[in-house]
Amino acid sequence: MEIITKKEKGAVVVLLNGKLDAGSSPELEKEIEKLLTDGEKHLILDLAELGYISSAGLRVILAGSKKLKNNQGTLYVSSLGSMVREVFEVSGFSSIIPIFPSSDEALKKLG
Amino acid sequence: MKTIRLPARIENLESFTRFLSEFLLANGFSGERVQEIELAAEEALVNVIRYAYPEKSGDLEIRCRAEGDGALTMEFEDSGVEFDPTSLPDPDLKLSISEREIGGLGVFLIRKMVNEVRHRREGDRNILTFVVRKKRGD
Repeated sequence: MEIITKKEKGAVVVLLNGKLDAGSSPELEKEIEKLLTDGEKHLILDLAELGYISSAGLRVILAGSKKLKNNQGTLYVSSLGSMVREVFEVSGFSSIIPIFPSSDEALKKLG
Repeated sequence: MKTIRLPARIENLESFTRFLSEFLLANGFSGERVQEIELAAEEALVNVIRYAYPEKSGDLEIRCRAEGDGALTMEFEDSGVEFDPTSLPDPDLKLSISEREIGGLGVFLIRKMVNEVRHRREGDRNILTFVVRKKRGD
């Protein structure tokens, strides 16, 4: 899985390319940890190029959300494809993680 | 029947899931349905990889069979620590971010993505069986 980060208007957009599964989720975990250590407070996970997510991926996203929330920060996700959206809905994550159609919409929400 | 047997290690996860995807596609399952089942399989495989063999390494064997009524059966077998994933309770989906627990999702997703899931113990082996059909709800 490829991870590309881009600073935009006080937030970091994290673009994931590929599959977020048990094999690749430690990479995202490390990246989120690094961003938090750098003092970043607002993350937007852009999932436009993510075709697959398993519970390992959800776990890392939830853990990241909790950490950011404890630091008065936010974690949004955007651009969910159909499979990833299905997993978010079935697992109840769509009720607790804010979802946006695009990273631009998510950035707008952050003002 | 098609079989694969490899050490239960994370490096082999992709080989296991590829084996399953190929079997499903060869039996006429749609790309989307294959992804749903692959997700359930990953959850089952990762449980074995993480917990079955705490002291030494061990193997995981998957056996796939077409049942003739359009359903396919997949059996995941390991000879590790006794563990029945179907005995775990579902996570509470109504909790907020702070309350929601990090674990508990894997087996829940299995239940949602395959048509039937069963566990049995035979001697020193755990056998987890999925029955999958072309549509999730059938």
